[in-house]
Amino acid sequence: MSMKQQYGAQKDNYHKQIMIKSTIILVVCILLTLICLVPIYILIVNATHTHTELAENPSQLFFGGALGENMKILTNDIAEDAGKALRRVARQYSSVFNIGRGYLNSLIIAGCTTLLTVFFSALTAYGLVVYDFKLKGPAYTFIIGVMMIPVQVSSAGFVRFMYSLNLINNFIPLIIPAIAAPAVIFFMHSSLKSTFPLSIVEAARIDGCSEFRTFMSVALPLMKPAMAVQAIFAFVQNWNNYYTQNMILKNDKMMTVPIMVSKVLQFDKDVNYGVNYLCIALSIVPIVVVYVALSKFIIAGVALGGVKE
Amino acid sequence: MASAAQSRIKSISYAKYGYMFIAPFFLVYCFFQIWPLIYTFILSFKGNQSNNAAFVGLDNYTTILFGQGMAAGAAATKAEFLQALGNTFILWFGNFVPQILLSLLLAVWFTDAKVKLPGKGFFKVVMYMPNIITAASVAALYVNLFGDSQYYFVNSLLMNAGMANPIHFVTDPVISKGMVMFIQTWLWFGNTMIMLMSGIMGISPSLFEAADIDGANSSQQFFNITLPLLQPIMVYTLVTSMIGGLQMFDLPYLYHNGSNFSRSLETVAVYIYFNFNKGTVEQANYGYAGAASIIIFAITAILGSITFYMNRDKDAIAKKKQRKMAEKQQKARAKQGGGLTI
Repeated sequence: MSMKQQYGAQKDNYHKQIMIKSTIILVVCILLTLICLVPIYILIVNATHTHTELAENPSQLFFGGALGENMKILTNDIAEDAGKALRRVARQYSSVFNIGRGYLNSLIIAGCTTLLTVFFSALTAYGLVVYDFKLKGPAYTFIIGVMMIPVQVSSAGFVRFMYSLNLINNFIPLIIPAIAAPAVIFFMHSSLKSTFPLSIVEAARIDGCSEFRTFMSVALPLMKPAMAVQAIFAFVQNWNNYYTQNMILKNDKMMTVPIMVSKVLQFDKDVNYGVNYLCIALSIVPIVVVYVALSKFIIAGVALGGVKE
Repeated sequence: MASAAQSRIKSISYAKYGYMFIAPFFLVYCFFQIWPLIYTFILSFKGNQSNNAAFVGLDNYTTILFGQGMAAGAAATKAEFLQALGNTFILWFGNFVPQILLSLLLAVWFTDAKVKLPGKGFFKVVMYMPNIITAASVAALYVNLFGDSQYYFVNSLLMNAGMANPIHFVTDPVISKGMVMFIQTWLWFGNTMIMLMSGIMGISPSLFEAADIDGANSSQQFFNITLPLLQPIMVYTLVTSMIGGLQMFDLPYLYHNGSNFSRSLETVAVYIYFNFNKGTVEQANYGYAGAASIIIFAITAILGSITFYMNRDKDAIAKKKQRKMAEKQQKARAKQGGGLTI
């Protein structure tokens, strides 16, 4: 009896504490969710309003019906008798923002870089974990060391070097360097070290498997979870890499989505609020949709592939 | 038979495969990173614009750091660079501190088995989402939402609610810095949170169970189990964030209306970009850009080494020292013993 009285009160107290804590956490999480989602929601809402509607009431909270109209201005698909001003606006936007071409260019760059980064980083990390050689230690130290060098540090020399090789306005300076991704190697190295059974390599050798084939058909499948996570990160990073792309690509035909958005942002006159929002929405929404579709896999993959010390 | 094959395999040297496997990385890295870095270093000792080929020694460094160069407008160049350097540190610090605190708090909450939180997966997905959005688009979005006049979303809302004058979210030197810090945090807290979460989940749950049984409360568990075991990932986060901070470009460069860039958001990366984009590709300010790059490189290297030095495994080092001391003592004792035999 006395025991129940004593511990019952404590237990109730404990449950109450957890309840309070859970509630606080829930409130904070809901707040953060709103902070994350509201800007995107407003963006999409505003893309469906005309310039006039937005100038009269900029704080629109619900969807309008002008998405098609804005789209027509953006693609310069307007009637001859539409006002001169509107035709000027449409010409201005359509001259820098060609969403189809932007997606194609961005996809080529991000797709190729992702494949190269993931494959060669896995190869390098595997080489460093599985084999014993004299320069193994120094090579790993080098990779850890250069992980800290920001891209911007070498960009002046990079641009000038690419210019002298005649590689300005070319995808090569944006794609080939992806083979060398120190941070990805660092991740793969630590995940291999903690999970990869070295005895499997010896077993493959005894079965007469060549070294490269061991890597391709034994190690790579085992590294899939870590590679998937790194592939997502690499894809996102390269899709979003405005700095290098803007440095190398000067030609209108080679523009990627981020460059197009930045061009729209720099208009001084004939700005159309609705079309502005539409441009940004077109650059954001497809990525968000793909992300939501893959999100379960992404979050689970992050948990699988994170650094485990 | 098997053991014979095994021993034969053991005797083969596989070292050459190691070199073959890591060769592509080193070739590409040297060609696209190391050489441009060396080249930047060389450029930093050369002239600007039409004076591109001339060797000018340390002139670019003295110009951007002390305003004592030979070129006209040296003092203005120095003022611009030092302001950019200051802005870079303010903007990095102002987003890193809230970001790591928020991410750590959320990571601990999300991994706490005792807390009953509905929709945990949903929250994680939503909070990570800003990170996948292009920074250029995010800058454009915020400029369009937080524009300076009553014709933009936030100011229009505030003025409808009774505020007299619009807040200059984009052009005010202080408020715009605050906005960039906020946006940077908005972009990155989910990413940092998930990274820290996977670190916490890597910690053996039995440690937390044991601590629970021993009566440790959650803050004790955090400071005595989570934080020390999370140290390697925290170091990684700090270092990557520092690199990101020092090269912060997209947001500060694009967070303005129209073509009038505001100096108050100029970071070193923007400064470098402006200088090697001045004029034509052959005749840009490669000297100043190079010198600024090398200075940033030096700062990164120093900060990085300090971080790694401070976060070394202190226990391991102490143990190593102890072992050495013990060995020495043993040797000394052995010698002594040897000397004492009569």
